[in-house]
Amino acid sequence: MQLKRVVVTGLGALTPLGNTVPEYWNGLVSGVSGAAPITKFNTEKFKTKFACEVKNFKPEDFMDKKEARKVDPFVQYAMAATHEAVVDSGANFEELDTDRIGVIWGAGIGGLKTFLDEISDFAKGDGTPRYNPFFIPKMIIDIAAGHISIKYGLRGPNFATVSACASSNNAIIDAFNYIRLGKANMFITGGSEAIINEAGIGGFNAMHALSTRNDSPETASRPFDLDRDGFVAGEGAGAIILEEYEHAKKRGAKIYAEIVGGGMSADANHITAPHPQGLGARNVMVAALEDAGMTVDDIDYINVHGTSTPLGDISETTAIVNLFGESAYKLNISSTKSMTGHLLGAAGAVEAIAAIMAVVHDTVPPTINHFTDDPAIDPKLNLTFNKAQKRVIRAALSNTFGFGGHNTSVIFKKFVE
Amino acid sequence: MSDIASRVKAIIVEKLGVDENEVTPEASFTNDLGADSLDTVELIMEFEKEFNVAIPDEQAEQISTVGQAITYLEKNVK
Repeated sequence: MQLKRVVVTGLGALTPLGNTVPEYWNGLVSGVSGAAPITKFNTEKFKTKFACEVKNFKPEDFMDKKEARKVDPFVQYAMAATHEAVVDSGANFEELDTDRIGVIWGAGIGGLKTFLDEISDFAKGDGTPRYNPFFIPKMIIDIAAGHISIKYGLRGPNFATVSACASSNNAIIDAFNYIRLGKANMFITGGSEAIINEAGIGGFNAMHALSTRNDSPETASRPFDLDRDGFVAGEGAGAIILEEYEHAKKRGAKIYAEIVGGGMSADANHITAPHPQGLGARNVMVAALEDAGMTVDDIDYINVHGTSTPLGDISETTAIVNLFGESAYKLNISSTKSMTGHLLGAAGAVEAIAAIMAVVHDTVPPTINHFTDDPAIDPKLNLTFNKAQKRVIRAALSNTFGFGGHNTSVIFKKFVE
Repeated sequence: MSDIASRVKAIIVEKLGVDENEVTPEASFTNDLGADSLDTVELIMEFEKEFNVAIPDEQAEQISTVGQAITYLEKNVK
């Protein structure tokens, strides 16, 4: 069967760098850090006291006050980014077949704040269960997709994807596949995460996963730098409208780019540590390239997972060098997590948006905070340190990996009719 | 208005996001104030918390209007 072409027709972003796609992209190309001391809770006893929080966010701007109270922040973020993407797409759902428009939304953890609050209340009580009736429907990861479908009346396929930090890339790949196969005309896809609370920061601190550079939050996320000491927690949401090409053309939609490949693999190695030679990372890029019918020479930019952890950055760059060979040195590579922090389940979505905007604007957002080379990272790679670079970007590949050894990779290409 | 009645109304206004003047004694949580079944459960729990009483499920099922809530609480809050 002939697979259908799938294009990107709408984008929405709520990020530590800005609460809309233009603000986010402007922050990325300007090389701004979204990190600052945590405002959401008292960090006095915490090893890490900073994060990349979303700023000036008012859920009432996107849902009524009563609704906002009944959803976890990760759903509030989802509604905000989705609103922007839907408006941006120009889609009028009243004129479209909403039975064939779906929602696939990723989150790595979901309603952690809700879980924390409810369990804390229980623990403070006398053992009588007095759980709020919204506890479960606020917390569960799939509820974001449910809320989006209810708001817009979308009756197509609807579910969540969960693969830790790869979750929203899995959502994008699933949406891409269902449209390609003719199972739906359009998807709202992406992901959101909101784990900047005592449980999230405390939990990741216990794993020694977070940077503890409390004296300089804005330089703490420094992928590939010799002195990197862990990732910086981020939060927010990214929403992407994927649409079957003829469907988009028929309604005269603006097309950002074409999604041409998605790859998935597992490390099968360790629950949190990456494969030392980046085997899963290499395999996932191979899978995405094969899916797209492309070779390594067709890619001009890789938005890496690049979390600024000691092991992960080495294994991913090793995988790129192994796979791309000499072509690795012609590429631009960057980790936008140097600016946004790590949005976990939303990382794939916001980084896919970075890759799409890079293809649209022929501009590579930088890896900021580079001070000292790490001898374990190939110095011939162009990691786009500190300043954005202009270059023609025919296609961009975005990697996202998750605890559990889940690897995903997506490829966006300049749209040519 | 009794102290209990005003506290009940304040909870309903906050939890259901409705206007104070909609919260009349006759108003039904579900038919008039836009509550669904989960909202109603939450309201009962809030009343329990606010007035430090336990409302058994079979009693809670009988409370579907503002007035019924006030009457029940005036009778049972010590």
